[in-house]
Amino acid sequence: MDMSFSPEDQAFRAEVRQFLRDRLPERLSEKVRLFQELGKAEIEEWHAVLNEKGWLAGNWPREFGGAGWTAIQRHIFEEESALAHAPRVLPFGIAMLGPVLQKFGSRQQQDRFLPRILNGQDWWCQGYSEPGSGSDLASVKTTAVRDGDHYVVNGQKTWTTLGQHANWIFCLVRTDPAAKAQEGISFLLIDLTSPGITVRPIVLLDGNPEVNEVFFDDVRVPAENLVGEENKGWTYAKYLLTHERTNIAGVGFATAGLAALKRIARGQVSGGRPLIQNPLFAAHVARVEIDLMAMATTNLRMLAQAAAGQVPGAESSMLKLKGTQIRQAINDLTRRAVGPWALAFPSEALEGANDALPPGPPEAAAATRAYLNNRKLSIYGGSNEIQRGIIAKSLLGL
Amino acid sequence: MDFGFTEEQTMLGDSLARMLERGADAAALFDLGAGAALIPEEAGGFGGGGADILVVFRTLGRAGAVTPLLDSVVLGAGILAAAGETDLAQAAAGGAARIAVALDEPGQRYDGVIRTTAADGRLTGEKSVVHGAEDATHLIVAATDGLYLVDAGAGGVTLRGYGLMDGGRAAELSLADAPARRIGDTALLDRPLAGAILALCSDALGVMERAVDLTTDYLRTRKQFGRPIGSFQAIQHRMADLLTEVEQARSAVWNLAGHLDGPDRDRHVAATKSLLGRVARQVAEETIQLHGGIGMTEEYELAPLARRLLAADARFGDSDHHLERFIAVSAA
Ligand SMILES: Cc1cc2nc3c(=O)[nH]c(=O)nc-3n(C[C@H](O)[C@H](O)[C@H](O)COP(=O)(O)OP(=O)(O)OC[C@H]3O[C@@H](n4cnc5c(N)ncnc54)[C@H](O)[C@@H]3O)c2cc1C
Repeated sequence: MDMSFSPEDQAFRAEVRQFLRDRLPERLSEKVRLFQELGKAEIEEWHAVLNEKGWLAGNWPREFGGAGWTAIQRHIFEEESALAHAPRVLPFGIAMLGPVLQKFGSRQQQDRFLPRILNGQDWWCQGYSEPGSGSDLASVKTTAVRDGDHYVVNGQKTWTTLGQHANWIFCLVRTDPAAKAQEGISFLLIDLTSPGITVRPIVLLDGNPEVNEVFFDDVRVPAENLVGEENKGWTYAKYLLTHERTNIAGVGFATAGLAALKRIARGQVSGGRPLIQNPLFAAHVARVEIDLMAMATTNLRMLAQAAAGQVPGAESSMLKLKGTQIRQAINDLTRRAVGPWALAFPSEALEGANDALPPGPPEAAAATRAYLNNRKLSIYGGSNEIQRGIIAKSLLGL
Repeated sequence: MDFGFTEEQTMLGDSLARMLERGADAAALFDLGAGAALIPEEAGGFGGGGADILVVFRTLGRAGAVTPLLDSVVLGAGILAAAGETDLAQAAAGGAARIAVALDEPGQRYDGVIRTTAADGRLTGEKSVVHGAEDATHLIVAATDGLYLVDAGAGGVTLRGYGLMDGGRAAELSLADAPARRIGDTALLDRPLAGAILALCSDALGVMERAVDLTTDYLRTRKQFGRPIGSFQAIQHRMADLLTEVEQARSAVWNLAGHLDGPDRDRHVAATKSLLGRVARQVAEETIQLHGGIGMTEEYELAPLARRLLAADARFGDSDHHLERFIAVSAA
């Protein structure tokens, strides 16, 4: 047993750290640290910096313009990025669509779309969920009916993250209403500027319109935008979901969050001394830190298996479950650490409208925002209840 | 033994609920006597006991109503009544005056350290998260040597307001040589603060009951995999656990209401606030989770309820703070 990183991986970590020190503008890292919404231009700016270095698509093979990193390298990059409070690379084009097009897309689709993901010309969003289809994704009802060399799309997608900035959406659509649920679904690329599309923002409980509803009313989509074969979309979607699950544990985010929690707890008082010295609070923090230490190793053990060529299986469900529990526990403790400051509702949307600057240090408002927003961690990407079901079924055979 | 309410209390709760359903404003609540019900007869009211507070605030919580009753009446008028300021107490209970109570200072978390000083009838200091300060006619301010009454419009009083998780508003308050009148010792706070904690916990109980109802209804109607999600046993067990915790919260609130004016008050304040804070957080998190995405949207009714539950824990000392208080009080 040797649990240390290889010399190459250590050198890589040093290189990533140096790069982040040189190239990550404090203007952006401050916003990330304080859990403030990044604007479209700011996200694009960071993507461009990474792309210039050839690091935007760590998961893509070099032939497609990616960095071709190993799973361990990707982990190192994600961890260092989180610790440096770098904006996260948007998953929709890079982590989700890219691998699907590389595996199932036509040569023409690859040539057309992949470079535009890298150079920032296209902003993709994920059109899977519908009002009636969340956990039961295979029940999607949005239809695509073939009409000559077009599909005509009708229906509604929802929860589309950052769809307000996007110009393209990849969708699961029903092309064979007669087939069994999973078998009548196709994977379609849709230009959001097409006539018949309406995007409506949804405000979440932290006051931010982070997600959207997308309505399709007789939208004509060129048939060449079908990925792979008609009615095989479920296979591609499942492939995509396994890619969505890289970095699912969020070890870097948890590590950065724990450091912030300790910093804040050192600055808050309890019984006349720093809160971090309060035995009750210190015990909460210690417990989550111990959990994180073990989970980080679970994560690395699974990365090592992946490096040895094993396909990630239902084990990733355990990473999703435990990883999100740990991150939410850290968010909760951080919010509780700031005590009465957490009574304020620091809604950025509302702050713009009046001079309602929340009280306390900026970390206090950040703690509330992060707590509220990260309720999503246990809901999306396959809810934690769905993950438990997978663990019980696939790993325990129950 | 009797765990019920008097006929008057029940009637007040019922009419309050009906009015709130029709969207009554604060003035209408005061007209109904909701304020007077929260202070004792000696001070011109007709209640002020634990059960009165419980009935009124649980109803407000269920309706999600944002009102000045906790800050201006239970706390404000309560302190004024204890200080013998009967006229102003009565005005506050009737809605003619609005009181905001400024105790905590910035950066002190739940320690309650007071640095605001009085000199020659003038106050200087900083107060933090003063609920209802912007609407107040009068401020009650805790200084190092006792409680002071300040006219909200007086010189030297500056407010910076913001919205709260519970739907109300608060302000950071700055006092620079603000004219003030001493009304008594800080010991006068004991009973009004305990009453306010009971009010907050009763409100949270009402909110939890509403959140659980809302979630149960949703689980019955929302279908995934061809059946109501409430038919999945994993979800049923989660809701059963949650309901059991809310039942515990209900009993904890009853405990405090029943002992509000007894010798064991401090122990019950600590026990009830600690339990309520913990369960409130759990209800907020679980009801959002079991709704899925819809539970996170501002448009749906749950979001403000969840934020209000989180606020209930964060105010007047959180669950950990009161756990420590409970240990200290029990050891004494
Ligand atoms: C902030 C946010 C961003 C999102 N971004 C996107 C996006 O960009 N693109 C996209 O397509 N989707 C997105 N989603 C949607 C997300 O994937 C869904 O919310 C998720 O799949 C859950 O579906 P639902 O919300 O319809 O909840 P439901 O499926 O209705 O579930 C409600 C509750 O029931 C539970 N449940 C459901 N089935 C079972 C079962 N069989 N056993 C036990 N419990 C069960 C769930 O775990 C949950 O607690 C986003 C969601 C959120 C909250």
